[in-house]
Amino acid sequence: MDLQLIMAAGIAVGTILLFAAVGEILAERAGVLNLGVEGMMLIGAVVGYATAVSTGNPWLGVVTAMLAGGLLSLLHAIVTITLRADQVVSGLALTFLGTGLARVLGEGLSKAGAISLLPRFSIPLLSDIPVLGPIAFTEQSIMVYVGYLLVPATWYWINRTRPGLHLRAVGEEPAAADALGVGVYATRYRYVFIGGMLSGLAGATITLAVQPGWFGALTVNGRGWIAVGLVIFAQWSPFRAAAGAYLFGAVVQLTLAMQLPPTILGFPNPFFEYHANTFFLEMLPYALVLLALVLGSREAMRKRIGAPAALGVPYVRGERGR
Amino acid sequence: MSAFRGGLPFTLRLEPRMEASRWLSPALTAAALVVALVISGAILAIVGADPVRVYLHIVGSSLGSIGAISDTLVKSTPLILTGLACALAFRMRLWNIGAEGQLLLGAWAASAVVLVPLVPAGTPGVIILAVMLVAGFLGGAAWGLIPGFLRSKFGVNEIIATLMLNSIAFAWIQYWVFGPWTEGGFQMTEQFPPEAWLPRLSDLADAIPALRGITVHAGFLVALAAAFVVWLIVERSAWGYEIRLIGDNPRAAKYAGIGIARNILLVFAVSGGLAGIAGMAEVSGVVHRLQDNFSPGYGYTAIIIAYLARFHPLRVVPVAILFGALILAGREIQPSGVPGMIQGIILFCLIASEVFLRFRVGVVRRPPVPPAAAVGAASPATSPAAGPVTGEGA
Amino acid sequence: MSGHGPTAVASPAPAVELRGIVKRFPGVVANDGVDFVLAPGEVHALLGENGAGKSTLMNILDGMYQPDAGEILIDGRPVAFRSPRDAIAAGLGMVHQHFTLVASMTVTENVLIGLDRPRLRLDLGRYDAEIGRLAEAHGLRVDPRAKVWQLSVGERQRVEILKVLYRGARVLIMDEPTAVLAPLEIDDLFRTLRSMTDAGRSVVFISHKLGEVVSIADRITVMRRGKVTAKGLPAAGMTTTQLAQRMVGREVLESLERTWRPPGAVVLSLEDVEAQGDKGVPALRGVNLQVRACEILGIAAVAGNGQSELAEVISGLRACRGRVMVGGEDIANRPVRKAISRGVAHVPEDRTGVGTAPNLSLVDNLIMKRYRSKPIGHGWTIDMGAARAAAPELKDSYEIAAPSIETQARLLSGGNIQRLILAREIESEPRLMIAVQPTRGLDVGAVESAHRLLMERRAAGAAILLISEDLDEVLGLSDRVAVMFEGRIVGIVDAAEADVTTIGLQMTGALGAGDAKAAGEPEPEPDPTAPAAPGGEA
Repeated sequence: MDLQLIMAAGIAVGTILLFAAVGEILAERAGVLNLGVEGMMLIGAVVGYATAVSTGNPWLGVVTAMLAGGLLSLLHAIVTITLRADQVVSGLALTFLGTGLARVLGEGLSKAGAISLLPRFSIPLLSDIPVLGPIAFTEQSIMVYVGYLLVPATWYWINRTRPGLHLRAVGEEPAAADALGVGVYATRYRYVFIGGMLSGLAGATITLAVQPGWFGALTVNGRGWIAVGLVIFAQWSPFRAAAGAYLFGAVVQLTLAMQLPPTILGFPNPFFEYHANTFFLEMLPYALVLLALVLGSREAMRKRIGAPAALGVPYVRGERGR
Repeated sequence: MSAFRGGLPFTLRLEPRMEASRWLSPALTAAALVVALVISGAILAIVGADPVRVYLHIVGSSLGSIGAISDTLVKSTPLILTGLACALAFRMRLWNIGAEGQLLLGAWAASAVVLVPLVPAGTPGVIILAVMLVAGFLGGAAWGLIPGFLRSKFGVNEIIATLMLNSIAFAWIQYWVFGPWTEGGFQMTEQFPPEAWLPRLSDLADAIPALRGITVHAGFLVALAAAFVVWLIVERSAWGYEIRLIGDNPRAAKYAGIGIARNILLVFAVSGGLAGIAGMAEVSGVVHRLQDNFSPGYGYTAIIIAYLARFHPLRVVPVAILFGALILAGREIQPSGVPGMIQGIILFCLIASEVFLRFRVGVVRRPPVPPAAAVGAASPATSPAAGPVTGEGA
Repeated sequence: MSGHGPTAVASPAPAVELRGIVKRFPGVVANDGVDFVLAPGEVHALLGENGAGKSTLMNILDGMYQPDAGEILIDGRPVAFRSPRDAIAAGLGMVHQHFTLVASMTVTENVLIGLDRPRLRLDLGRYDAEIGRLAEAHGLRVDPRAKVWQLSVGERQRVEILKVLYRGARVLIMDEPTAVLAPLEIDDLFRTLRSMTDAGRSVVFISHKLGEVVSIADRITVMRRGKVTAKGLPAAGMTTTQLAQRMVGREVLESLERTWRPPGAVVLSLEDVEAQGDKGVPALRGVNLQVRACEILGIAAVAGNGQSELAEVISGLRACRGRVMVGGEDIANRPVRKAISRGVAHVPEDRTGVGTAPNLSLVDNLIMKRYRSKPIGHGWTIDMGAARAAAPELKDSYEIAAPSIETQARLLSGGNIQRLILAREIESEPRLMIAVQPTRGLDVGAVESAHRLLMERRAAGAAILLISEDLDEVLGLSDRVAVMFEGRIVGIVDAAEADVTTIGLQMTGALGAGDAKAAGEPEPEPDPTAPAAPGGEA
């Protein structure tokens, strides 16, 4: 069990969650809850993979995956923003739709054979840093490095720019933003779309970089939901989301690694001895998410901070309390 | 009021609808279904399948013969129960997405009665089945209480909590089925003794030959009874009133003296219990053992069923039968994602159609805009005064 | 862009002119051919009762709504506003009655929302300074770096004013600005408005308070039921009676028949009640209070001084220390059900958020407090048939205007929602009624019926605790008036001897509890032959 390898793999796997979580943070900051992440990731995964298979160009796959995720999210946007339907149910519908559609589109793809993946490389100076270097900057997919850049950039955008100010205003108090001329509907559409694109990117990261291949719904295997849970744990902060994503990835890789060796730290490995015990390892990531949710919710309750105040509530101009 | 303009001399507006006729809701539901089927058909055509053939196949394989109808009812039994579970919870705006996991735990608990065993040998079948039923309810209820507790005590989002628990439940079943209870290392337990099988119509085949092969089982009756009980609860009991009030406005419920935390726990317990009974019915009435992956996602389809039935317990029954047909036929449809996709499209169309329940589309003629004024108002709109008042205003 | 040419015109074009404005909403014509002219440099009051159409008119001017017919002219030129942005660009700035501020952001951030500058990077330090200077220049005391949720109501209003000033507003529209202010703060506001008009700006002052309007306005326009009944009258020399006539169409505003009744036994007694507020700050710091049968005790207080928490503590919605005695029984910290079963009725501040379930029917809303007891409730079951049978009579006797008893509550107008709530609360024949802001935002008819119902309850022997920000209402309805400041009762006085100035000072804490011992506490227990507190008897 090479811890270094496990952590490095954990970062790669965590990047997938990271993209989806950051996308969802942006949408929720604008006040729109989009539970369809799982569906959008699957669509991104299948479209990206299919494009790469047919054109031989993984970058084209990335682009189409992002577009597909964004387009699908527009459905959710129309239904919840313009038609003011319930955001929870619409998100669930999007999941069903995305999942089913992805399976339909991906018919026959699993026999596609090897394709060219996105490039992997090490970053010269940074990979020499002790401890951190071999894990974070050595032989990682380019998507991982994109992830490193995305997090601070998103934070800066939300908290230190004027458009970010408007984003926050729309999510906290859309009536105030509207009265001052900020287009509430337009802003929400925009960020739901961006969130959809990032979910699509997350899906493409799976099939074109980290875990190549198409395996039906198992390709994403519930990670879209874990990303949504991460957003709550992260309290809508990109940095915390990143920490949670990488941590989660590391745990998943660890549980996989723990199943193989005959002994762990000198003791006989229960997962090796009795194969059925590995199912408990499979439960571990989900139990962790539950724990993260409890911690995140308790902290929010304690500090009396929480979700963007207008999250989940459709905005109607002129509807002040009668 | 959101308004749509496009340079047209009038504006389309969504205006609140003051009254709705009784026929509006079913009419909209039907319209949404039709639209959904058309859209699904279009997608099917795009990927190369023949939509008409697919739809006809669905109808034929589910209603084409007595045997087909029986199979449909068998498939709809767990759907009715999980649909009721979801409808009850959703009435209180408690998003129980965990019906699948609660179904699994109910199945596990009922299996434990037989496999541990929890009843002495020689117990008559009626007693065994009764104990299994109770165990199924309790197993599902316990699994439902976990997210209920997390939600009422810590405010944890129940959607994600129940989803995580679904995955945990899935692995839990796998442990027992591949581990302690396994039959020869395959992904199933040994078969239950016949006393632990829910009676089916085919049991009477010796007396009535026409019933040979008709596998509809007593679970269907349990499901119908459950629908009636849930209806009584929601419409005729004080608890049902509390559920409806909390679902509509929790702050008003609190003001009226209704305990929210208490009701979250109760509703999750009963909802989980209903799903648990579905699990028991499946392992006892259909597969006669506990096996890996015996549910093709009943708990998830239940969500759409509940929504389509507009959370009304009695309407869940016909809707569940419809979806039973869909699942039955769906096993043979290629590509395999089609039934799921159709379900998603149906749900989307339903949500979109709900708009018209709450709003009507109004057409309002706009007063003509004086051309000079429009220009005058437009140009300064992009750069308002950037600092303290210095310049003259507009 | 002011004026028509290089030479000054004899009479300058009006800053704002509205001609023939028509605006319809489902079921009501809010503005019916309204004309309005605002001259430059004046304070022009727009007067009318709630529901007269004033806010709608100003929302049209502000760009929030589009008129169905009519013209808007700014400085003599016709304009069309498609959104608030256009109105802001034209130099109009509206300070809304319900503040549109993002509570979690700072003052500076709130001021900057909606602007095109800075282009990308937000240098808060620079803007903090800039806005600080702007505030100083206009005598608006507020810290730009403070988060809005930390500010008092008066300070928040200053932020709203800063918002419009920062955008170069030449015309300020103030919508019911004094509703949430104490008398001293109102004086501050009027001074600020005067300084603005001295600098050449114009102010539209929307209000339904006659006294204030006469004192601050240069000219007055009165609206009633969507039409203008008095256009641009000079305020000098106007009396409140003349204005009242135009506002309401009758000589007298409201004559509340108030016969003196001997107060009965003590129904509610609060002893040293302390409670925490939502933000971890103590909201009630030792409240001692008594309310008797056949008596209305009015609480006068500025928003945020503990009166909401007081209502919550009595009705069981909030924990507290101390004793809350209703009919001799301590119900402090007991579940809400206990208070309800002991005859405590609560007409809440938030009608739609707390008082009703919007998507449930009238019937469902009417039984909210009675579903556990006969004739509606029997043990575990509910007899909806009985509920539906009783509803039409309630609907008629309380004049709830709705298509049917199955209509959803959210479709009712504000006044009818309040009638619904009052019907429900009064039907149970409570011995104690807590009414919080019972007539806020209601039209004349609804206000009158609410007041009448409260007086009827008083006559029937109930004890009523009236909590209202409307000092006129408190003084008009109450037998005794108590002032709350920062969680304590700082003065209790018989209504007949109440002095508005003193009360105003007490409301802002300038006078302490010891300074106004006027009529003091009521006498100890009356003699046994006096009327007993009701509890279900006639």
